[in-house]
Amino acid sequence: MEDLKNILAEHQFFNGFNEEYFALIVGCASNVRVDTGKMILREGEQANQFYLIRSGKVSIQLMTPNKGPVIIQTLHEGDILGWSWLVPPFTWHFDAKAIELTRMIALDGKCLRAKCENDHDLGYELLKRFADIMTKRLESTRLQLLDIYGDRS
Amino acid sequence: MATDPELLSLKVDYKRNPMLPWPFQIRRVKHETEDTFTVELQPLGALEEFAFQPGQFNMVYVFGVGEIPISISGDPAKPRILVHTTRAVGTVTKAMDKMRRGDILGIRGPYGTPWPVEQAHGLDVVFVAGGIGLAPLRPALYEVVAHREQYGKVVLLYGTRTPSDVLFRQELENWRARFDLEIYVTVDRAMSGWRGNVGVVTNLISRAPFDPRNTIAFVCGPEIMMRFTAMELHKRGVDIEHIFVSMERNMKCAIGLCGHCQFGSYFVCKDGPVFQYGKIKDMLVKWEI
Repeated sequence: MEDLKNILAEHQFFNGFNEEYFALIVGCASNVRVDTGKMILREGEQANQFYLIRSGKVSIQLMTPNKGPVIIQTLHEGDILGWSWLVPPFTWHFDAKAIELTRMIALDGKCLRAKCENDHDLGYELLKRFADIMTKRLESTRLQLLDIYGDRS
Repeated sequence: MATDPELLSLKVDYKRNPMLPWPFQIRRVKHETEDTFTVELQPLGALEEFAFQPGQFNMVYVFGVGEIPISISGDPAKPRILVHTTRAVGTVTKAMDKMRRGDILGIRGPYGTPWPVEQAHGLDVVFVAGGIGLAPLRPALYEVVAHREQYGKVVLLYGTRTPSDVLFRQELENWRARFDLEIYVTVDRAMSGWRGNVGVVTNLISRAPFDPRNTIAFVCGPEIMMRFTAMELHKRGVDIEHIFVSMERNMKCAIGLCGHCQFGSYFVCKDGPVFQYGKIKDMLVKWEI
């Protein structure tokens, strides 16, 4: 348990995170290893966890009818995978696949949601951190939408 | 198009007349991607070498079609071969795309301000390229790689549209194989088989290995990409004074006379194309400019 706590504390997502909260969330954490080419999560399935990537590479994909899976984004060491656990109806909106051997810490979303309901300070702290991630991803997506390298740039 | 022997026998010092194109013969055309190609040119007549500094551009004249500015993408240490890389998008570049070995182009130049590679001595150097923006950065990369010991870490962050739009693929592989260069490529979208990065080039900045307090950055690509890149670099701690961008505007004379490329109080052809970001950043968000 102490090891997991140290790993969480070293991850940039938890930079400056209040020490007392670690005791609350470490019980929701577990180590995960995903081999190259294996799916981590699938669109439409229940989103009951999120992941802190410790090493490896993950692709976020969307299945398209004619082209097959299109990669939307790749995530690396230090990134967070998944925030649908935080927002009803708690289902994944994309697929995620390990494109390299990937080691992560999985955090149980159900367990965390319950703890956040009981301790709104913890909930607010986590929400601020996820809002930062969502903002960055929205900004990136907007730039991608501009298709700046295309003919219309 | 045939070479006119009368033209080549002229003993004109083309440097004395900046409006006079000099004939260059195409010795090789290489298609880099579906719509991007590189031409290798050699000067004809009395001109044997064409010295330039990384970041400078030429006015390239397709006789009977028109003249456009194109950055030089070759190695400054090889002045006998002039290299341009461009996309076939307009009237002139589409005409260029149809030209073959032996055809003649007119060249005026080199013009404009260079990448300040000497100012980068002793510092980490971060190149950030977007799309065709890798071409104007390549001469500076050649220069830095040729004098590798004079620089700290050297990092190239390159973003483009799809895996099939990656420029200078073989060269990137060669650089990636070196232990003293950090090369990261990302694409805006890819199919499932792509094992590289997907996402905008600005996403690479936060995890790239360089010391922001000791870094100089050269950025070239679409203007929006350069703005967001400069913001990310600054957020990471790179001094605004150490960020340089290469601007693009419609140029005609290339010597600061006609005013076509006026950008606020600057002429991009003469005062640029390479600018210190701090000098122009406020103008980049002004609708009127």
